[in-house]
Amino acid sequence: MSPAAQTPNGVATQTPQQREEVVTIYERSRPGRRAFSPPALDVPERPLDELLPPSLRRAAPPELPEIAEPEIVRHYNGLSKRNFDLDSGFYPLGSCTMKHNPKLHERVAALPGNARLHPLQAPARAQGALELMWNLERALAEVSGLPHVSLQPSAGSHGELAGVLLTRAYHADRGDERTLVLTPDTAHGTNPATVTMAGYEVVKVGTSPDGGVDLEDLRRKADDRVACLMLTNPNTLGLFDPNIEEIARITHDAGATLYYDGANLNAVMGISRPGDMGFDIVHFNLHKSFTQPHGGGGPGAGPIAVSDRIEPYLMVPRIVRSEDGEGGVPRFDLEEESPKSIGRLRGFQGNYGVFVRSYAYICSLGAEGLREASEIAVLNANYLLALLRRPEIAPYLPLAYGERCMHEFVLSGAPMKRDLGIRTTDLAKRLLDHGYHPPTVYFPLLVEEALLVEPTETETRETLEEFAEAIGAILREAAEDPEIARNAPYSTPVRRLDEAAAARTPVVRQPARG
Amino acid sequence: MSRYTSLTDEDLREMLAAIGVSSIDELFDAIPAALRLGRRLDLPEGLSEQEVYARLRAMAERNVSAEDELTFLGAGMYDHYVPALIDSILQRSEFLTPYTPYQPEISQGGLQVMFEYQTAISELTGLPISNASLYEGPSAVGAAAYLAKLANGRRDVVVSRGVHPHSRATLETLAPGYGQAVAEIPLIDGVTDLAALEARIGPDTTAVIVQQPNFLGAVEDLEPIVAAAKAVGALVVCACDPLPMALLRTPGELGIDVAVGEGQSLGNRLDYGGPSFGFFAASQEHIRRMPGRIAGETRDVDGRRGFVLTLQTREQHIRREKATSNICTAQVLNALAGVIYLSWIGKRGAVELAELMLRRADYARRALTALPGVRALHDQPVAREFALALDAPVAAVLERCAAEGVNAGYALGREYPEFADGLLVAITEQRSRADIDRLADVLGRAVAAERSTAMAGALS
Ligand SMILES: Cc1ncc(COP(=O)(O)O)c(C=O)c1O
Repeated sequence: MSPAAQTPNGVATQTPQQREEVVTIYERSRPGRRAFSPPALDVPERPLDELLPPSLRRAAPPELPEIAEPEIVRHYNGLSKRNFDLDSGFYPLGSCTMKHNPKLHERVAALPGNARLHPLQAPARAQGALELMWNLERALAEVSGLPHVSLQPSAGSHGELAGVLLTRAYHADRGDERTLVLTPDTAHGTNPATVTMAGYEVVKVGTSPDGGVDLEDLRRKADDRVACLMLTNPNTLGLFDPNIEEIARITHDAGATLYYDGANLNAVMGISRPGDMGFDIVHFNLHKSFTQPHGGGGPGAGPIAVSDRIEPYLMVPRIVRSEDGEGGVPRFDLEEESPKSIGRLRGFQGNYGVFVRSYAYICSLGAEGLREASEIAVLNANYLLALLRRPEIAPYLPLAYGERCMHEFVLSGAPMKRDLGIRTTDLAKRLLDHGYHPPTVYFPLLVEEALLVEPTETETRETLEEFAEAIGAILREAAEDPEIARNAPYSTPVRRLDEAAAARTPVVRQPARG
Repeated sequence: MSRYTSLTDEDLREMLAAIGVSSIDELFDAIPAALRLGRRLDLPEGLSEQEVYARLRAMAERNVSAEDELTFLGAGMYDHYVPALIDSILQRSEFLTPYTPYQPEISQGGLQVMFEYQTAISELTGLPISNASLYEGPSAVGAAAYLAKLANGRRDVVVSRGVHPHSRATLETLAPGYGQAVAEIPLIDGVTDLAALEARIGPDTTAVIVQQPNFLGAVEDLEPIVAAAKAVGALVVCACDPLPMALLRTPGELGIDVAVGEGQSLGNRLDYGGPSFGFFAASQEHIRRMPGRIAGETRDVDGRRGFVLTLQTREQHIRREKATSNICTAQVLNALAGVIYLSWIGKRGAVELAELMLRRADYARRALTALPGVRALHDQPVAREFALALDAPVAAVLERCAAEGVNAGYALGREYPEFADGLLVAITEQRSRADIDRLADVLGRAVAAERSTAMAGALS
C-alpha cells in the first residue's frame, strides 16, 4: 500500500501505514504479575473448608488479567487515544445534545460527602443529598411545568418505561382497560420498544407534509383503546409541532395520556413548557440538556415530571420536605409508603452522582442562563442550517422538512446519493477524516438517507463555519471522485469494519484460555 | 453566571442576518403564543463557578459519608476501596465525554473496553456471553425476567425472598407490563425454602430467581434449586455479588441460564446509590435475546483487528417494538471502572480479596455473636455480610452506635418484618480487625444499654 497521502485541504486519503495491531488486557497478562496487594490478614487463618464448604466453591479462579499498575495505565491510556470525544472536537450527533460538560461538575460530584455516601444512610444523616435532590426536583418541575417529579429512572428509556407504566396504573385505577399506545413514525426506537415492555401494542401515527403529527391520522386512531400518545416536541425532525394544543385535545378527549419524550428539551428550556402544552408525563435526559457527561454510553439519568392526576402512582421512594427540622431548618425524608404507587424501577434513589452534576449546572446557569442556552442552541442550529443551504450544498443535502428548525435539523442525502454516488454513511465516514464526529445518520427513519444535525449552544460560530466548509469540501471531492468518500475513513485507528461478519459469528469475549 | 457559550453581540448580529431573521425570538415563531412561557423561570439567578462550588460543598458536608464514620452498612452497595488509577482513567475526556460508539472507526477504545469488560464478567460468572452493562442490579433482575418471557412466554416469576428487596420490588413494578405474576418463596434457616419452592413451581413458571449470597448474607446451595427449576422447564436466574464470585461456584458450573448483578463493588463509588452498573450474562442459547449493547470482534477492510457493536438487530433502534429491550443509554463508564478494577485486583488478587473478606466476616460474626444479647440470625456460610438478631430495639441500638461514630449496619425490620430484631453487617476489606473490635465494643455497650433501659422500664 502506498504511504499516506493528503488532499490539498490536508485531509488524509490513505491509511497511515504504521498502525500497530491492538492487544487486549488479557493478552498483556503474564502469570505472576499483579497490581493489587491486599491488606494484611489480621484475623485467624481458619481453613477455607470450614468457612465455605468445597461443594459451594468454584473449580478454578476466574481468568482475570495478571498485570502491574503501570501496564494497566498504559493499556487504558492507549485505548483512550483510539476514541474521539466531545472535549476534542465538534460532535453534532443529533438527538443526543453533545454540549460541553463543565469540569466543575466532576469536582463537586467527587466530594466525599457525595461520592462516599451510602444509599442506605439514615435520611437524618443524608440531609445535604436529600436537599439537593429536592431542589433538583423543584427545578425540573419548573422547567417542565409539571408539578411532581421522580428522579429515579436511570436514562431516557427508563423514564419512558416509568411513564407508560404510570399510564397503565392510571387507567387500571379507573377500571379502564386499554391496549394501544400511539407513537409517531418519527419516534426514537426506545418509544416503541418501551410500549411493548409495558404490555401495550404500538400503533404508528403518520407525519404530515409539514413535519408535524398528521392530525387526520391521529383523529382516526385516537379511540378508547388508546392508553397514551408518546411524542417529542420539538420532534426528531427538529420541528416544533404548532398543532400541539389540538393534539393534546384529541388525545385527552380519547381518554389517553400524553407523554413527552424530553430528549429534545434543550430547544425550549425557559421558553415553552411541556406541562403548558398539555403533556401529562415528561422525561428529562440529564445526560443531554443537563450536561451529565455521556461516558461512552452512560451513565445518564431520566427523571420524570407528572401532572396531578398521575402523581398518586409515582414511584417510591418519594422525597418529602417538612418544616419541623431543628432551628427552623427544613427536614427531608424518604417516603416509601404510597398506596397507589407503581413501586420501584431500580435500586436505591437513582443516579445521584448525575443529579449532583445537573444541579450544579442549574445553579450555574439560573433561570436566565437556561433560557439563553436554549436560545443559542436554536440560533446555532439555524445558523448552521443557513450555511448548509448554500447553493453548492443544498441541492445535494436538502432540508427534509420545513424552512427553519429548532435546536437540530434533518437533511436528506437522497439527492447526494443519486447525483454524486455517495451515501449518507460515506459522508459521515469522510467527516471522520476531517476530525468531526458525524451527525446522527439514518434517523429519523422516514427521511431517506437522513442526517440529523444538532450543534448545541456551546459551539462557536467558527466551528459551525468550519464544519459547513468540510461538508462542502466533501461534496466537491465526491463530484470529482466518489471513491474517496466511499472508502473513507483513512486517518482513523481502523477503517471500515466488517459488521456483518461480527454478527454472523459473534466473538463477544476473549477466547477462554487452556 | 457561568454559561459555557461563546456568542458575542457581533456574532449574534451576523448570524441572525445570515439566517434572515431579525431576532432570536423569531426563530421560535412556530411555538403558539399561548404556549410561550412569557416570564422568567422561577429559579434563582445563576452563580459563578466558585459560588456553585461553595454551595455544593456546604450541602455535601451535611451528609455523613463513609469518610466520616466507621461503617458496616452494605445491603447491596459496599464501601470497598476504589484504587486511584480508576479516578485517573475515568476522568480522561476520551472515556468521559463521548457517547455510544455509533462510529466504530473513532470509538475503538470504548468498544475494546466493552469487549474486555464482557470477558471479565464472563469469567466471573462462568457464562459465555455478557452484554456491555445495564443500569444497575435490580433493573438487571427485571431485564432477566423479560428474557425469560422471550424465551418461554410463561407467566409466573418465582423469586426467593432472599433476593434484594429492591430487586423484588422492581419485578413487581414490571410484572403488569410483562404480563407476568410474581410469587415469593420464603426463607428457612436463612436460605431459600427448597420444599416451598418445589411446591410452588410448575409448567407456568417462566423463571426461578435467586440471589447469591442472598440478602441475609447466606451462601445458598443452588444445586437443588437449579435442578428443581430445570425439572419444570423454567429458566434459572441468579443475582450474584461479583466479588465473592471469585470463590463461589459459578452460575456456569451450576447450569444457571442468566447471571445478573449489581456492579458497584467493582471499582465504583457509593455515590448515594448510583451511578453504578448492572451486569448481565447468559448461556449461549440466549445470545439473540440479550438486552443492551454487545461489542464483538471483527476486522477492518485492511484486515486490521477491531471491535464493533454487534447483534444490533436485537436492539430498539433497529427492531423497535420487537426489540429484546428498550435500553439505549446504559452505564458504560461505570463498566469501565469495573473492568479496570478487575484487572487491578487480577486473577490472584480476586481470590485473596474474597478470602480476606470471608475470614474477617467470620471473625466479626464470632466476635459479635459472643456479645450478650446478640446472636446469629442464621448459621449458613457467609462471604462478606451476615445477619444478626439483637435482643434490643435495633433502631435505638443503631442510634447509640452512630453517636459514637459507628454505623453498625442495616436494620432488617422494614423490609423483613419477620426479622424486626435483625441487623445486617457488612465487612469489606476496608474494615480491619481493629475496626471490627471497635464495632464489637460499641455494639456491645449499645445493646447492653438498651437492655438495661428496657429492664428498668419493666421494673418501674
Ligand atoms: C428522541 C429520543 N428519545 C429517547 C432516547 C432514549 O434516551 P436514553 O438513551 O437516555 O435511554 C433518545 C436518545 O438516546 C432520543 O434521542
